[in-house]
Amino acid sequence: MSHWTVLVAIVGLTVITVVTRGFFVIPEREVPIPAWLREALRYAPLAALVAVLLPEIAMTDDHLIATWKDARIYATAMGVLVFCTTRNLLGTILAGTAVLVALRLGFGW
Amino acid sequence: MNASQPLWRHPEFARGARDMTGISLGIGAWGLVTGIAMVKAGLGLPLAITMSLLVFAGSAQLAALPLIAQGAPLWVIWATAFCVNLRFVIFSAGWRPYFAPLSLRHRLWVTYFMADLNYVAFMKRFPQPGPMSDQLPYLWGGVAVNWTAWQLMSMLGIGLADVIPTQWGLGFAGSLALLGITGTLLIDRGTWIAAAVAACAAFAAFALPFHLNIVVAIAAAIAIGVLVDHFAPPRAIMRAPS
Repeated sequence: MSHWTVLVAIVGLTVITVVTRGFFVIPEREVPIPAWLREALRYAPLAALVAVLLPEIAMTDDHLIATWKDARIYATAMGVLVFCTTRNLLGTILAGTAVLVALRLGFGW
Repeated sequence: MNASQPLWRHPEFARGARDMTGISLGIGAWGLVTGIAMVKAGLGLPLAITMSLLVFAGSAQLAALPLIAQGAPLWVIWATAFCVNLRFVIFSAGWRPYFAPLSLRHRLWVTYFMADLNYVAFMKRFPQPGPMSDQLPYLWGGVAVNWTAWQLMSMLGIGLADVIPTQWGLGFAGSLALLGITGTLLIDRGTWIAAAVAACAAFAAFALPFHLNIVVAIAAAIAIGVLVDHFAPPRAIMRAPS
């Protein structure tokens, strides 16, 4: 992506921040929240996160990880373990990153 | 309140700031991870700094970064960020009764700075919907702490990521952050099923061009989630009494 395209992407993302944070304060008159929006809201953020996250964790160059010598596997496992036991975001990030950096620097995985 | 008194001298400004101070450590850590992720996604320093200062939405930034790095079409990047930000749309309905007397420009200016935790703190402080003169000083006090903690740590992350070699894999901290947020959203049967469907669809449709697999995954997960909500028999019937 060229620098200019990234800049356009960033400006668009800024508009999205403004529009989503201010969505229902924009109209001058009160607008009831449609039922479909409430329902979609329950699932849309989760779906977007999962769809972006999984290929990041489990794929290399558009293919599923085909080796056990990939530090991301163990970093993700550690992240899941820490999150499930503590529900702590910061701990999840720190523990997973520690495993990843250790395996990368130690074994070159 | 004296109308000529500056906002930051108002006692509620200090209170708003105090209420955010305890959680600013977590906000700062989040900013640090986002800062690192921006540079490791291939944004140079100027673009990473621009993104941090303008977009000011950590989860949406983290979700958009892999797509930017892979050169996905702009509309897919934006659609993804919009979906991740949908929670703010619901928060905005909550803000409405408080901000109704303000001008449109003022309303948008205030809500732009309202991250998740500002909403939580404000609703705890002012549970009665309706405008009061104490509210804006309280909000800006919270924003002063939240925005500063976020941006400072984000800049620190940007600086660190530029120095630390890519082989360390620190960019993966952004993926681990997304993993954690995803975990917090998995709260019941419907969300687990929707997540599983999104995962399967994202992989199954991976060969589609333009990263359309993400759009397919979101559409499929919403459809299944809403179906589960509407047509699944109540749990009491499904489960044997224990």
